[in-house]
Amino acid sequence: MRLRTLLLGAAAAVAITPAALAERGSDGEVKIIYWQAPSTMNPYLSGGTKELEAASLVVEPLARYDQDGNMVPWLAESVPTVDNGGVSSDLTTITWKLREGLLWSDGSPVTSADVVFTWKYCADPAGGCAQSEKYNDVTDVKAVDDLTVTVTFGVPKPFPYGPFVGAQAPIIQAAQFADCLGAKAPECTDANFGPIGTGPFQVTDFRPNDVISLEANPNYRDPAKPAFATVTFKGGGDTASAGRSVLETGEFDYAWNMQLAPDVLGAMESAGKGTVVSAFGTLVERIMINLTNPDPALGDERSTKAHPHPFLSDPAVRQALSMAIDRALLVEIGYGSAGRPSCNVLPAPEIYKSTANDGCLVQDIEGAKALLDGAGWVPGADGIRAKDGVRLSILYQTSTNAVRQDFQALIKQWWSDIGVETELRNIDASVFFGGDPGSPDTFQKFYADVEMYANNFDGTDPEAYMANWECKQAPTPETQWQGNNMPRYCSEEYDALVAKMAQTGKLEDRATLAKAMNDKLMQEYIILPLVDRGRVSAHSNTLGGVIMNVWDSELWNAADWYRTKTQ
Amino acid sequence: MLNYTIRRLLLAIPTLIAISLIIFLLLDLAPSDPTANLPLTIPPEVREKIRQSLGLGDPIYIRYLLWCKQFFINEPLNILEQWLGWGEGDRLRVLSWQTRSPVVDLIVERTPQTLWVVGMSYVVGVAIALPIGIISAYRQYSWFDQIGTFVSMVGFSVPTFFTGVLVIVIFSVWLGWFPSIYDTTHEVTDWESFLFQVRQMIMPVAVLALFNAAQISRFMRASMLDNLNQDYVRTARAKGLRERTVVLIHVLRNSLIPVVTVIALGVPQIFGGAIITEQVFKVNGLGQLLIISIQGGDLPTVQTLTFIFAVLIIVFNLVADVLYGILDPRIRYD
Repeated sequence: MRLRTLLLGAAAAVAITPAALAERGSDGEVKIIYWQAPSTMNPYLSGGTKELEAASLVVEPLARYDQDGNMVPWLAESVPTVDNGGVSSDLTTITWKLREGLLWSDGSPVTSADVVFTWKYCADPAGGCAQSEKYNDVTDVKAVDDLTVTVTFGVPKPFPYGPFVGAQAPIIQAAQFADCLGAKAPECTDANFGPIGTGPFQVTDFRPNDVISLEANPNYRDPAKPAFATVTFKGGGDTASAGRSVLETGEFDYAWNMQLAPDVLGAMESAGKGTVVSAFGTLVERIMINLTNPDPALGDERSTKAHPHPFLSDPAVRQALSMAIDRALLVEIGYGSAGRPSCNVLPAPEIYKSTANDGCLVQDIEGAKALLDGAGWVPGADGIRAKDGVRLSILYQTSTNAVRQDFQALIKQWWSDIGVETELRNIDASVFFGGDPGSPDTFQKFYADVEMYANNFDGTDPEAYMANWECKQAPTPETQWQGNNMPRYCSEEYDALVAKMAQTGKLEDRATLAKAMNDKLMQEYIILPLVDRGRVSAHSNTLGGVIMNVWDSELWNAADWYRTKTQ
Repeated sequence: MLNYTIRRLLLAIPTLIAISLIIFLLLDLAPSDPTANLPLTIPPEVREKIRQSLGLGDPIYIRYLLWCKQFFINEPLNILEQWLGWGEGDRLRVLSWQTRSPVVDLIVERTPQTLWVVGMSYVVGVAIALPIGIISAYRQYSWFDQIGTFVSMVGFSVPTFFTGVLVIVIFSVWLGWFPSIYDTTHEVTDWESFLFQVRQMIMPVAVLALFNAAQISRFMRASMLDNLNQDYVRTARAKGLRERTVVLIHVLRNSLIPVVTVIALGVPQIFGGAIITEQVFKVNGLGQLLIISIQGGDLPTVQTLTFIFAVLIIVFNLVADVLYGILDPRIRYD
């Protein structure tokens, strides 16, 4: 069974981490800088990455993902599976067993009641829990005994590792949050800023959107860890200055999310004080093709299924657009070591990665031209191709971001080489991604021919992500423009694959299905993947034990961090 | 003068209420969404629930009145009760959407660093601007005046996001003299920690002081020049007064009147913080709070902060007017 080998691997990885260090708190202070400052320590009240990661130093889930995307038991003794009897054969219940002897940082024991409470806290409809997706379909969570909980789902869950797994769904202390259920959740400022946890550190001072001071948790389960006595977690500023403080001045030990131009980052690293680390997950920068007509003249029916797109509904045009793009050059200019060309919208984990579409890695302008010629799109007097009076003229929108505007300019040039006219547009990210049904500029409304952004999924299971392109997920006026199927793709075959995956439990079969869905989207050119974007961070050369992780919080193994003695 | 002050203060009340309403409407009409910055992995249904839990489902007048109640009634009563020890003082306060904590606490937490850095830069700026303005005017077109003009133009026209990064690269990266990141948790307890505080303040204060000094020194110079050619100056000199007395007592006093007004009107800007400089040096004061609240669509925080700025601007306008009346006996408001 795969999961078991994974667990062994994870155990081995834990064993390799330096055992040379003797006692808790012997290495003094570690300074972390996040250029976006965390605004709360309660991950259930903020879905932001910065808050999740800061909180992961304090509160922990039952199981989490390691650097390879494998699930490792964290507060639980083991990861329940069908094989070890932890998951029922009808896939509707999962039984977790807590490790024995776990203590909260205040010294009280961790019990199954805390786990049950955590679910109640997030499931309360008035609380606005940002992670309620993790607890989808959970009908009940019961404490069997002090250390055992059973989660019951309303439907069969082939992948029952949503609740209590990963940085998004940690266990919070029932005693501390007892009066903070539902609408009262935001009023518990002290608890939200200083949650009692089981993690290696506890909060001593929390200044929202500024700085967090933490100290080693005296009741942490491993008496020798963490090696650091205190953590200073500074927030604010910008990416470049955060990178500078680690790589050039050495004031900080760890800087998160170093999204900088490759040459800027390279120059900083050459100062010799720190190291840039990256790892790849599922984040793909992609171009979405609008299969419906965004013509303003259509009024309310703009960008809805009622009107197919005048030329993007032709697969030859979509394929030609993809063939004209030089993905390797985009990576070189925009991301350097933090990106790699991608031909899949589902690029990872390894078992889900398709190799059927790798042809897109090579730019083929002549081939694209020939394809358009063959499909009857011929250049007019102005060099722009047309057929039956329809010109290939594209409105290309994305959010405002230096790299994205570079990409737009390059792609516009390539498309003009094959006779496609492109008008560029960029929209402020908070509006573009804002989802305000009243705004015409959101990525859901998609009042453009193509749009570019990046997306990924939490954890390692792609089921929900691949279901994004189900027919019913298309944003429409009836659904207040909610939905993830931006291309308005609609295929019975695809929907059947989604339905099948929802009932398939075996990992290998799930992988086959996911690959089939990915290939279908790719080979119909509904989505043009561009770049598989990695997470990039920087750490000081004197900070040891950092293992970059894209599947969970980057600070997931902060308990194992230490100060290297050789400067 | 007292009647005038009271009249002005009373007039300020409807003005401020109107301002608060305008701010609220502007913020509400602007396209912003508190859930916009969340990762795309959070589904729309959950976003909708978050919006509902923030009270965005209520009609606009309810939200405005709620803010008014929380800010004008609950907050002052809470503070009063806590001071006097009468009650719990736990009425519902204005809560930030980003941090889910009381906005007023956030503001109180951030005021010290803003006052230290931005306030100090204003004091330093004024302290160097006045002598420069005086000497520049007295020795008009001399080399000192030319250099002063040049420096003012540089300070005025080069943006702080450039000078800030420039000094960081020179003094933090190359020379390693000063920290590039301001430590807001630092407490001054002894001589050594005081020196650290000075070191971490030098760069942001210098950058901002250059900007402030540039502005004020030009006012000072212009005002001095206006007065130096007046008849009363000639009279003073004719009486045989020393040049020092003529310039520093007679001319300076008279020229300071408009400058004091300018300086007083600039004080609210200190509380507004210096958005860019605070970001560059990670001072994380009021300016940074304002900008991240705007980015995060945190309407209660933006509303409360901008309203407090409005109050300060009105108050310091009044202070400037009153000071003017005190300094210049010819001016009477009643």
